[in-house]
Amino acid sequence: MAERSFKAEVQDLRKGAGDTFTGEGILAITKALLENGVGYVGGYQGAPISHLMDVLADAEELLGELGVRFEANANEAAAAAMLAASVHYPIRGAVTFKGPVGVNVASDALANLSSSGVTGGALVILGEDYGEGSSIMQERSHAFAMKSQFWLLDPRPNLPSIVKAVGDGFALSEASNSPVMLTMRIRSCHVTGTFETRDNQRPPLSVREALSNPRSDFNRVVLPPMSYVHEQDKVKNRWPAAEKFIIEHKLNEVFGGEGSVGIVCQGGMYNGVIRALQRLGLADIYGATEVPVYCLNVTYPLISSEFLAFAQNKHSVLVIEEGQPEFIETQLGSFLYRAGSHVRLHGKGMFPMAGEYTGQVMLDGISAFLKAAAPDLLPATVRAPNMDRPAIPDLSKTVPIRPPGFCTGCPERPIFAAMKLVEKELGKHQIAADIGCHLFGSLPPFEIGGATMGYGLGPAANGAFDGGGEKRPIAIIGDGGFWHNGLNSSITNMVFNKSDGVVMVVDNFYSAATGGQDVMSSRADNATKATQNPISKALKGVGVEWVRQIDHTYDVKKMRDTLREALTTDAKGPKVIVASSECMLNKQRREKPLKAAAIKEGRRVEAPRFGVDEEVCTGDHACIRLSGCPSLSLKRLDDPLRDDPVASIDQSCVGCGNCGEVADAAVLCPSFYRADVVHNPSPMEARLARWRARVIGWLQARRSAGRLEFTA
Amino acid sequence: MTLQSPMLPVPAGTDGMIKLAVLAVGGQGGGVLTGWIETLARANGYVCQATSVAGVAQRTGATVYYVEMAPATGRVPVFSLMPAAGDVDVMITAEMMEAGRSIIRGFVTPDRTVLITSTHRALAVSEKMVPGDGIASSEEVIAAAEVAARRFIAADFDAVAVKNGSVISATLFGALAASGALPFAREAFEAAIRAGGRGVEASVRAFGAGYEAALAGVPEAAVPEAAAPMAKVSAVRGPARKLAEWERLMARVAALPAAVAELAAPGLRKVVDFQDLAYGAEYLARIEGLVARDAAPFEFAREAAKYVANAMAYDDVIRVADLKTRGRRFERIRGEMGVREAQVMQLTEFFHPRAEEIAGLLSAGLGAKVQASPVWMARLDRWFGKGRRLRTDSLAAYLTLYAIGGLRGWRRRTLRHAQEVAHLEGWLAVALGYLESDRALAVEVVRCRRLVKGYSDTHARGLSKFDRVLAGIEMVAGRADAGPWAARLREAALKDEEGRALEGALATIRSFV
Repeated sequence: MAERSFKAEVQDLRKGAGDTFTGEGILAITKALLENGVGYVGGYQGAPISHLMDVLADAEELLGELGVRFEANANEAAAAAMLAASVHYPIRGAVTFKGPVGVNVASDALANLSSSGVTGGALVILGEDYGEGSSIMQERSHAFAMKSQFWLLDPRPNLPSIVKAVGDGFALSEASNSPVMLTMRIRSCHVTGTFETRDNQRPPLSVREALSNPRSDFNRVVLPPMSYVHEQDKVKNRWPAAEKFIIEHKLNEVFGGEGSVGIVCQGGMYNGVIRALQRLGLADIYGATEVPVYCLNVTYPLISSEFLAFAQNKHSVLVIEEGQPEFIETQLGSFLYRAGSHVRLHGKGMFPMAGEYTGQVMLDGISAFLKAAAPDLLPATVRAPNMDRPAIPDLSKTVPIRPPGFCTGCPERPIFAAMKLVEKELGKHQIAADIGCHLFGSLPPFEIGGATMGYGLGPAANGAFDGGGEKRPIAIIGDGGFWHNGLNSSITNMVFNKSDGVVMVVDNFYSAATGGQDVMSSRADNATKATQNPISKALKGVGVEWVRQIDHTYDVKKMRDTLREALTTDAKGPKVIVASSECMLNKQRREKPLKAAAIKEGRRVEAPRFGVDEEVCTGDHACIRLSGCPSLSLKRLDDPLRDDPVASIDQSCVGCGNCGEVADAAVLCPSFYRADVVHNPSPMEARLARWRARVIGWLQARRSAGRLEFTA
Repeated sequence: MTLQSPMLPVPAGTDGMIKLAVLAVGGQGGGVLTGWIETLARANGYVCQATSVAGVAQRTGATVYYVEMAPATGRVPVFSLMPAAGDVDVMITAEMMEAGRSIIRGFVTPDRTVLITSTHRALAVSEKMVPGDGIASSEEVIAAAEVAARRFIAADFDAVAVKNGSVISATLFGALAASGALPFAREAFEAAIRAGGRGVEASVRAFGAGYEAALAGVPEAAVPEAAAPMAKVSAVRGPARKLAEWERLMARVAALPAAVAELAAPGLRKVVDFQDLAYGAEYLARIEGLVARDAAPFEFAREAAKYVANAMAYDDVIRVADLKTRGRRFERIRGEMGVREAQVMQLTEFFHPRAEEIAGLLSAGLGAKVQASPVWMARLDRWFGKGRRLRTDSLAAYLTLYAIGGLRGWRRRTLRHAQEVAHLEGWLAVALGYLESDRALAVEVVRCRRLVKGYSDTHARGLSKFDRVLAGIEMVAGRADAGPWAARLREAALKDEEGRALEGALATIRSFV
């Protein structure tokens, strides 16, 4: 079950004609899918579209009512492959994943799908993870559309435009027999707003009905000679059909007046462009502007005739295209050149080649363009800015960076503490990491692992070292990565090549980094998914002989000893440790209400929390260098004899045990204590506690009486 | 560098639009706060748009939420999806350094921005992992905020929230209401909370407290600073005979130069608490001797009063056991954990004694022999050297620790004590050696005692850094800038665990001596 529940919001998906929907972009897309008669949906979670998967999962009941099949696909390749249902059957299908990493994984299926062509509308809703808040390499998915010939929508980032793009996408896909990708940037996935809803539509043909009337046509199979025909079909029929549809249905929009300069932008950039024009006094609050803007809600294919008509009678045009390389600008330049046009094209140069187009970048770029091409449009303050302003002190040396890290009580923390301890004993090892929360282990304080090659590919990334040497290579992989791709690409690769390496499988019962979705080995009961398939069983099944299952990662000594054994044993073949403990974020969310209810009902409940004896702590912070827990912090003491702040544990501590375990395993210091508050103790227990307290109290008073006692 | 955008006049076209950004640390409820602001705006005749960047930033990283609103007119405004430098009306930051980050990013400008921040600190890992004091300066951020913001509202909204049984999103919402930056009445804010439906009463209470705190609006230091030391000389109680002796010692402290007495008073208390009055008298004798060799302004003796006390009250097993078994500790923990009458508290201590600690408890002569014998050390390690969890609320474990804590009479005969005395005397001798020729350097050598701290490996590493710093000081002794170099070496040694910064500083010294 996912971290965030959309059960309440899902009710809004039942709204019909005449209603107004208010909410997040992700939900608006789901509603639009239902309004457009989608027949099946699926995908693989990942920011920024994780919540779309969560919404779909929470909406399964409604989907079932409408005859829509929901599949939580094993990975993006599986999701894209599922669109095969739209090849032969006139059924609309939509899948979602993140870009460009998800597109990388899906590209095999996407290329086949694009070659075969589709009958029913096939839509990929792509969360383009670019700019601030992104967790991946900074690339664009654009090139995939260009190589495989599917179409890219990039709607203006407001709910009505996004909702319209879903309908346009299905219709464009069907008109051109090509898949369509709807690009959503990070913020537009989470943008809120309103739109007028329509009634949900049952798919005219459901996937169940299609199974009763199977179809096949060898002309759609990607094999010669059909594959040659497909390529010709793409450029001779599907592409022109797409262009025709885009022009006729005015998918791209033109705003503003007549002028000698103009701006071309991706739809997703539109609001930023208008904001810059507003700040320059060239647009009003509603976006009305004299500056002509050609807004590309379809960024691939580009329509030569439309663009040339826009550029006509202008001497300069600015292309605002986020990301690199500048595919759109290059193509538009080529259109102008072929038309023999003398319009000057600006873009990269006035705008930076790489990086997110923030408000400041947008303002600077558009100002630079207007200064050069149409200075009379600009207010005097911009042409000759008044630089008189107070100097704000520079804080960049003061403010520390705050990268994401392990949550309070995270079960992965003790795993990395153990790895750090083994590193101190046996020296540094070659370590390959994977994708997931455990990648935070590569950051301080642990600094374990130095590279990641992709989801499920951690152990595969150590392939070159499979032959072994004096020290063994170590790879880390999460349960999410294991089931996404890791069992196949990483583990079987190791078994087959008789790898001598060590793998640490970090099993936290969920696809945790993406928001706590269930995976094959999740321990939860899931009404519609098969969970509780142990990772260790899968490992044995593919021929791993040396498997160690640890069911309590907080046992740092056991973790350390098991890893040491894996690194030093004489056993042949891959050595795999499965370190399993539940993601604390999800565990707390699950257990907190249960505990509160139990306490209320008068049942016995132990609530553990850690503390530090500040007089015993010497302020060396060695414990923090083996933890980094948000609840383990520092405080300055009110003592003129002490220089350094001491460790301190705040109320957010969940009593996971890591502090005590690490203090013990690393022989740190005796400052930590654990206090278990027992709610509703049994009468016997309470009596014993009272008796003990009396004896201890007498001893304490006795010693206290004989000496000087200082009170603060 | 702090981003500064050219100060554009607020354009006529965007009149009436309000731009509000929230910078929070993952898990602080920034999403809830944003939701309330949206509800508030929509219920009061505004159209509104919010965006956020969740991503992996939800895992304790810094997160931005952004809201724009404008009076509803029937036409749909074009809102931006992200805050722009120089174009933010209200900036809410849920932590002190996040306020600093918002200033660095240019979201706070003197012409228009109301900056509302909580002054509490959620320390970043980079601040916490430094072996010394790596905590960033809140004062610098406050100073910058005073310049950068049109209005600056600061209070510890986290503490206010905790006190009212709620979370910081509610108190910040109260501060937003109090700021008057949004054209809505207080009741409208409370209605927005009630519309949310969950934990309403606690939220409304915290909202009210946040509202008041914002109006009071005195920026407090985020991390409590030490109070004036003399003000804190504590009450003392005990047997009359011992109290009389204590008064005599305190009279000797009062006779010291004021600068020295200021630290000798807590120093005396520390060593008496550690051992006994006789030990305190020894401490004072040492300090008096150092005062005699020092001259006004007595900086050397003052620093010595601090660090000699720390050195004499070393962290041995007896001290730890004594501290862990005191009655006041039990009371304090019960208070911190909020244990109620009907509840039971179990207390677990984590010990991992090593052979060194056991040998250190033996008499100096025997202990030295044992420590010199690998066979015996291995044996001790086998017998004692493993992690022990002691339930100090149970009698067996408590009595064990109580007995060890009662070994104070034996302490001065132990090997550990002999080692500590030798180290103390060696260190003071080095410092005194520089006193005549370079007083500043002598002071720095005394301060180097700060490097010796921690237990087991950490303690050993501290001692090794101490030795390396002293060796480095020997290289620069005699130079005019020896004192500053000594300070630099010590600071470098406190930068990282492995001593990389110290190695770098030593390499620099070697390059010019």
